[in-house]
Amino acid sequence: MNPRNPVNAQDLLLEVKNLRVDFRIDRKEIFEAVKGIAFDIPRNSTVALVGESGSGKSVSAMAIMGLLPEDSAIVRADSAILYNRRNLLIQSQDAWQKLRGKEISMIFQEPMSSLNPVFKVGEQIVETLRLHMRLSASQARTRAVELLNEVGIPDPKLRFSSYPHEMSGGQQQRVMIAIAIACEPKLLIADEPTTALDVTIQKQILDLIAALQKKHHMSVLFITHDLGVVGEIADYVVVMRRGEIREQATAQQIFDSPRDAYTKALLACRPRLDRRPRRLPVIEDFMGDKPAPVQPERLRGFALNDEIVLEVRNLGKTFYTREGLFRKRPIPAVKGVSFKLAKGKTLGVVGESGSGKTTVGLTVMRLHAASSGEVLFDGKDLLALSSKEFIHYRRRIQIIFQNPYASLNPRFTVGNILVEPMEIHGIGSSAADQLRLAIELLGKVGLPESAIHKYPHEFSGGQRQRIAIARCLTMRPEVLICDESVSALDVSVQAQVLNLLQDLQDEFHMSYIFISHDLAVVKYMSDHVMVMNDGEVVEMANSDEIYLHPKQPYTRKLLASVPKGREAGVAA
Amino acid sequence: MSAVLSSIPVKAQTSSGLWSIAMKRLARDKVGVISGGVVAVFLLLILASALGLVARDWSTEVGVSYANPSFLAGRENLEADAVRAAKKAVAAPPVDLSDVDPLAPRYKEWEERTKQIKTTEIERSETLPFGGDKWGRDVIKKTIKGAQASVFVGFVSAILAAFLGTLFGALAGYYGGRVSAIFEWLYNVFTSIPYILLVLAFAAVLGKGLLTVIMILGITGWTGIYRLIRAEYIKHRSREYVRAAEAIGASHNRRMFVQILPNVTHVILVQLSVHMVGFIKAEVILSFLGFGVPVEMVSWGTMLAEAQNELVIGKWWQLAAAGASMAVLVTAFSLFTDALRDALDPKLK
Repeated sequence: MNPRNPVNAQDLLLEVKNLRVDFRIDRKEIFEAVKGIAFDIPRNSTVALVGESGSGKSVSAMAIMGLLPEDSAIVRADSAILYNRRNLLIQSQDAWQKLRGKEISMIFQEPMSSLNPVFKVGEQIVETLRLHMRLSASQARTRAVELLNEVGIPDPKLRFSSYPHEMSGGQQQRVMIAIAIACEPKLLIADEPTTALDVTIQKQILDLIAALQKKHHMSVLFITHDLGVVGEIADYVVVMRRGEIREQATAQQIFDSPRDAYTKALLACRPRLDRRPRRLPVIEDFMGDKPAPVQPERLRGFALNDEIVLEVRNLGKTFYTREGLFRKRPIPAVKGVSFKLAKGKTLGVVGESGSGKTTVGLTVMRLHAASSGEVLFDGKDLLALSSKEFIHYRRRIQIIFQNPYASLNPRFTVGNILVEPMEIHGIGSSAADQLRLAIELLGKVGLPESAIHKYPHEFSGGQRQRIAIARCLTMRPEVLICDESVSALDVSVQAQVLNLLQDLQDEFHMSYIFISHDLAVVKYMSDHVMVMNDGEVVEMANSDEIYLHPKQPYTRKLLASVPKGREAGVAA
Repeated sequence: MSAVLSSIPVKAQTSSGLWSIAMKRLARDKVGVISGGVVAVFLLLILASALGLVARDWSTEVGVSYANPSFLAGRENLEADAVRAAKKAVAAPPVDLSDVDPLAPRYKEWEERTKQIKTTEIERSETLPFGGDKWGRDVIKKTIKGAQASVFVGFVSAILAAFLGTLFGALAGYYGGRVSAIFEWLYNVFTSIPYILLVLAFAAVLGKGLLTVIMILGITGWTGIYRLIRAEYIKHRSREYVRAAEAIGASHNRRMFVQILPNVTHVILVQLSVHMVGFIKAEVILSFLGFGVPVEMVSWGTMLAEAQNELVIGKWWQLAAAGASMAVLVTAFSLFTDALRDALDPKLK
């Protein structure tokens, strides 16, 4: 058993004791999601629960909230969750109802889907207040405006009447936090509250949660897959893997002298701004008996005499929204972007959401029609070609999308998915030949041959992204656009996919356009970096240059928001 | 819970066909198997009756008028008694009119000739297994024969309507803009005219017959399916997997019918079963109005139309037979399409 947090029992708000949660898969099989874990949450402190997807961290939080699905989840009888020394697991549903929202409240990962889209945000706060605090309508309204102000929504009186879709992702998450703290809970559970947000917004939300925790003397259970995020706000860290606790200690201890190999691995697999090993360390490097090999640094950079494969000149894209019956309002998404992509090199494109970085990628591929500019490839302007002429170029520029759950057709087997582009472009002499090639590519991206007959939903996010990569590889593209391709993945899986992309670039000499909001990832992958804001290029330079000597204030702001964990030498 | 699901070891499948896997899954679904069995029995009966193996003699008048079902043998049957009384009246010797009748001398000759023709008076039975209709025809045989027309009409016109609705909906939803405007215009024309009027208009132009009924129902019935499929296509066309297909160079047709179509089949299947039910009922209305199946044929629709008058005099069996078989078939078919939809969805286990 790992050492427990050395805190006096009276100071503990929540004690999780030997929690075991199983899920019924069908009549015979059960899946052990949480295998007897124990940890404590002291009063007035922040505890981070860290682990990859499938580690059981969210299941544990659901158990604390009493939100586990009753028909499939079994909480073992000897489990106990003591809240103020009262066992939550044996209380009635009514008692849960009283507790939830009032004493323990929760914020979720996706603010957009957690807020009810047809009610004004103010009303949603008022509802919570009237339900639990028994305030009158006008009192609740005043309090709701106060809360909106407290979580940093500008002009709270006006924003009270906004609908969720009228707010940005960061503001929506602020509203969620306002609802969560409305009844002054003793315990706030934050389940990946910043994963769906940009770095700059992430930083603001983290600061907000930390400030609110201090102000209201709450305890916070912060759940995340990214150890780097919690470094600045957590007092204690609990590292989980496969339903078990690997290590729990104070944050200081976890970051300065992690004991468990898995914790070390989690710390190491996140790309860092100050180093660039040839390959990112992955979990497996640490879990074996041998010490992880120290990787030499990879040199990156962009030279003037590099062979250029793709040149974009003055690219522009304007969207239109309808206003009234006849008027259209132009919304420029990309304004005069120019860049050159060298053979075998990577151009990183960074920016917050709404900066136009994704639109650049889609427009270069003609998935959006460009409004102006030229894309020169092989001396031809791709944007000027007819769609028939373009089809021959299509296979030479490929894209990997952000969401591996959405970019694969759920009704196609992996075999269908891989063979389809070959059919379209007449690659491979026969069906058998195409299948052979598909299997070969599966091997290349690190998937077993048996995957060929499975459907996308049978794979995890990282594996699905590998399938998407294999699909692109079937066409042997010269340029690969990675549009936030690792953003939806856990840090540990992200490292594996980044390594895969790097290996493939080394092998096939492809050029990448690597689009991401995560500066550390872009730094790791890119030779040349382009920073975008509001559809314009803010700064473009060699990758090391931009991180060491950022010239523009916007670039500096972006760099400052990167979570640094605890500034400490991590064993790598 | 994707993490939970993905960690279940999945056995390697040797065949990759969507349908073979779907069939295996369907075989595990008890409700699906039973309802599929019921539908299959109906289809076999219909096939047999179409080939003349059963219910060939449905129009033979084997019983007395409104013959009682055999389980209600003792029930009084005023109608049959009335018919018998009328017959007796006919059999009474005619008044001798030979002195004024110019044909009288030939009566003798005719009588001799009629005697040469052998006639056997069919023994009309008092009861039939599930009763008889006004003319004494067996209701069970009538129901089986009626199923042939009704189910054929319902099935084929539902497929026709679903085909048109899916095609139009896919084109309109996928392309949007002008294409969508054209189909929306067509849709508005079809839905702005009262349904029965539209059906009658088509019936008047196309003439009578089973094929006409099918055409009418198919041509007028696609609108509801069109709306739903169009909405589905609008939703799916901007999904990332369709965009990914565009990125690998898939043509419009490929994206529409290879990529998106399998993802909307559940809508089509459910609509197909709903419309089949609707069209069986629509055939009833058409038959009632005289535009339905020809007089020499029988359908559940004509049976239900007859049942209106019968019910007043307490003869409920024709209604029960047609109604019950319709209910059983329709329920079984709906459950079967539901099971089929689940089996076709690779995400559900």
